[in-house]
Amino acid sequence: MNPFLSIGRTTLGMLRETGAVSAFAARAALACFQRPWYAGQVGRQFMRLGYFSLPVVGLTAVFIGAALALNIYVGGARFNAESFVPNIVVLGITRELGPVLAGLMLAGRVSAGIAAEIGTMRVTEQIDALSTLSTDPYRFLIAPRVTAATLSLPILVLAADIIGVMGGYLVGISSLGFNGAIYIRNTLDFLKIDDVALSMTKAAMFGFIIAVMGAYHGFRSKGGALGVGRAATDAVVSATVLILAANYIITSFWAT
Amino acid sequence: MDTAPLPPAPKLMLAGVEKTLGGRKVLRGVDLDVAHGRSLVVIGGSGVGKSVTLKCALGLMTPDAGQVLIDGQDVTHLKGGERQRLAAKFGMLFQGGALFDSLPIWENVAFRLIYSQKVPRKEAKARAIETMRKVRLAPEFAERFPIELSGGMQKRASLARAIIARPEILFFDEPTTGLDPITADAINDLIVEMVRDLGSAAISITHDMASARKIADEIAMIYEGRIVWRGPAASIDQSGDARVDQFIHGRAEGPIQAVV
Repeated sequence: MNPFLSIGRTTLGMLRETGAVSAFAARAALACFQRPWYAGQVGRQFMRLGYFSLPVVGLTAVFIGAALALNIYVGGARFNAESFVPNIVVLGITRELGPVLAGLMLAGRVSAGIAAEIGTMRVTEQIDALSTLSTDPYRFLIAPRVTAATLSLPILVLAADIIGVMGGYLVGISSLGFNGAIYIRNTLDFLKIDDVALSMTKAAMFGFIIAVMGAYHGFRSKGGALGVGRAATDAVVSATVLILAANYIITSFWAT
Repeated sequence: MDTAPLPPAPKLMLAGVEKTLGGRKVLRGVDLDVAHGRSLVVIGGSGVGKSVTLKCALGLMTPDAGQVLIDGQDVTHLKGGERQRLAAKFGMLFQGGALFDSLPIWENVAFRLIYSQKVPRKEAKARAIETMRKVRLAPEFAERFPIELSGGMQKRASLARAIIARPEILFFDEPTTGLDPITADAINDLIVEMVRDLGSAAISITHDMASARKIADEIAMIYEGRIVWRGPAASIDQSGDARVDQFIHGRAEGPIQAVV
């Protein structure tokens, strides 16, 4: 096969996909602000996407916080900087690990769930049924999920940040010989509102990405169980990559 | 001077509808119309364009060429709110039922009332149960979820959802597929009864000839993306068209090549 043909075809395919995702995201975002609003659906999605994700996010955060404290202690000991453990744990968790790890965990749990649910609705004609019942699928199905994910992820990440710092605290006072009161005072003194704002901004953007990628792949799925499975996989992969890319972009904008 | 009244405009009309999917021209100029209070059944084998015809009529697909007219108005390219308002005239029974898994049966049936017409839930539930009774679905199933119902019951619930708002045009997509003959006959009886009670125009697609004979005033046959025959249901056995004869008698030999 002609290599130029292959490269051209791949490039065009990528551009087409990028355009389709962008158009879908814009339409999904617009649908969140258009009447009618389905408050019951939004509430249900808040519970499913947000509240029921709390255990997995909390467990991830506590272990990461604890491991981070141990690593910083070992690394800091090389140049007599062990006392910086509380400062670096709170900075690392709040600005980076809290939002990114919560986002990645939810990319697996929530994005795949949305893609599978909407994909099944697509292949069983439930989305067509919505249209014939005078209901816009974007407003009824997608807007509540996007709204719930975008608003609930900052709350989840706030919880993850606190739990992650507590993980570091527990290791600090139990294994590393820190005084509890001093550890907490160092943590609070070092933390700035700007760090929390960055964490929340990232979380909201990751929530939007997770819901939109799940909905996009589910909405376009076809071909029965195989198609729904592929939609779930594609949703997780694309949400994961986009979260990591968005994380870098937001961090670099914030730093400058 | 001739004073004979003009015949009423068809409730639904498809004129020269063409549609290409995945590089294959599925519809090559479909012409169909159905009048108020009449039931038209479109028959044809698998993959000849029956479902695509129905989706074009419903606005779920936009034709590449041709027109879809409702009460003489061209609705081919309606979008957004206008399309949603038009859909209020439609009732659709999907092949697999297409009931919403996450909602109980009564809320499925009352979906249009609650989410589109903003009828209070209590009143919507009462109307849903009344409509369930009409399709012989006992009220005790109102709180069940679709997964807990048999295929025949799901079809009844889907039929109840289609008729609850008294639509002007009813669409039936393979209404008896996947049902045993007795349940299929019961669904056919219900369709005839509901179409008669509502006085709606009805358009159905099926390859089940027993169903077609029972629910149709007229039958049209689609083949290779075109309507190749149309006539009263009672005269289908004397169609004079070899393709129709082959199809209604289910013969592998004839002008239509079986796809295996």
